Amino acid sequence: MRSSSSRACEGALAIGPRNSEAHRAIEAIWRIESARLIAGLARVVGDIGTAEELAQDALVAALEQWPAEGVPERPGAWLMGTAKHRAIDLVRRRKTLERKHVEIGRDVEQAQEGLDLDTAIEDEVGDDLLGLIFMACHPVLTKDARVALTLRVLGGLTTEEIARAFLVPVATIAQRIVRAKRTLAEAHVRFEVPGGAERAARLSSVLEVIYLIFNEGYSATAGKDWVRPALCEEALRLGRVLAELAPTEPEVHGLVALMEIQASRLGARVGPSGEPVLLLDQDRARWDRLLIRRGLAALERAERLGGALGPYALQAAIAACHARATTAAETDWPRIVALYDAVAQLAPSPVVELNRAVAVGMAFGPAAGLELVDALVAEPSLKSYHLLPAVRGDLLRKLGRSEEARAEFERGASLTDNLRERELLKRRAAECAAEGMTG
Amino acid sequence: MRVLIMAKEGEQSAAPTPPTPEAMAEYQKFNEELVKAGVVLEAGRLYPSSQSKRVKFDGKKRTVIDGPFAETKELVAGYWLWQVRSIDEALEWLKRAPYDGGTFEVREVVEFEGM
Repeated sequence: MRSSSSRACEGALAIGPRNSEAHRAIEAIWRIESARLIAGLARVVGDIGTAEELAQDALVAALEQWPAEGVPERPGAWLMGTAKHRAIDLVRRRKTLERKHVEIGRDVEQAQEGLDLDTAIEDEVGDDLLGLIFMACHPVLTKDARVALTLRVLGGLTTEEIARAFLVPVATIAQRIVRAKRTLAEAHVRFEVPGGAERAARLSSVLEVIYLIFNEGYSATAGKDWVRPALCEEALRLGRVLAELAPTEPEVHGLVALMEIQASRLGARVGPSGEPVLLLDQDRARWDRLLIRRGLAALERAERLGGALGPYALQAAIAACHARATTAAETDWPRIVALYDAVAQLAPSPVVELNRAVAVGMAFGPAAGLELVDALVAEPSLKSYHLLPAVRGDLLRKLGRSEEARAEFERGASLTDNLRERELLKRRAAECAAEGMTG
Repeated sequence: MRVLIMAKEGEQSAAPTPPTPEAMAEYQKFNEELVKAGVVLEAGRLYPSSQSKRVKFDGKKRTVIDGPFAETKELVAGYWLWQVRSIDEALEWLKRAPYDGGTFEVREVVEFEGM
């Protein structure tokens, strides 16, 4: 019965009378309140699935009542009050049920929990939200599941919106979310803000999810668009919220800085007909100065917290080098190489090596860069990574080896599923072929 | 989307009345809530129009006009730049602002043209 009402509610949000003012207000209020609502309820009932259903039941009640009676003065409090009543009912029903099966000791515990229920929902909204983020991004879940669940319960997106953003069928996302909730319940994942040694690992899972969402928007891995700004905006919002919830975590600010600075280039990295424009070819006047300023401020916040910079802050520092250069020629490449050295030490990966090779090529000449790239050619994890031949092609071209460069660009084009990126690489290949003929 | 919220200053252009500490605290609380929700990109208050200038363009001619300006209802006293998902979301946030007078204008900022 519960799940049928949540389905009804999603249907109501998706296909209801969109033009009704009350309905649009309810939709907007849901976006603002749902995460806090679900977080407060999850702390009490212990699991995301039940919390979300309770929250959506309250939404269904709002959809029934507000269009006729008007939107209440404090809609968030109304939704929380309504959901809370249902939560109390539910906990009572569970207790009655358990009293029949379970031994007395457990019962006492439950009773005490029941007493705290009334106040429990209202305090520590911030901690609740943080708890919800940690739960939705729990490492027990697959990356895809974490992303979908996070967008759903923290972003307040409908299953349909998430499916559209990731270009997958609605049923796939719906199933992913259902399975994620089940996995969390079966693994008895507790609603908590982890501390101590566990915190670092759990936080890094949260940051990874947010950055995955950002990157899916920033360089869409499939489809005809190269960027999908809406996903970048969702990720940025989650990052900014997290930065206020966990202000003493330098890597949170590092990630926010990285995303702000990368997002500052969103308008410049797509040409007039939707084609990608690479960093060094971008019109820097089109970079968003506000986001750059916010990004540099976030980076400073990470640095002020002290200690060695983490991987996100280091990448943000690299992005900041580009942001500070008025022209591509003014880029401080030796500093970027040094920063990549630091990233490679902290979080070594072939992709980081490849980026480092690009920077070395810029700082110390294409031959030095090519030497590093050639060492990566045999790397199994980069075997079908289109940017490896793309980078290699670029360096070969600079060395005047047009024919080899052309072959690399062709290979890169065959490896990407993104239409726009494939076109760009094919164009480069054609340019090399033309250079080969004249040279 | 980004929206610009402009606070129209009403009659206060000549002599701005400093807000009471209580009003300031309420405003700050509201602003904090917005920041925590990841909504605020930028915020600012402006000096009254008595300290402002206008530059009028007429072909090649430019004329500088000193404030204060008469059309007080149209004067902007402060602004917010918000990141929201819809105009409706901006309206919902704005309705929660702790003001008991004045008019606020909500305008969407043009972004990602042609996308």
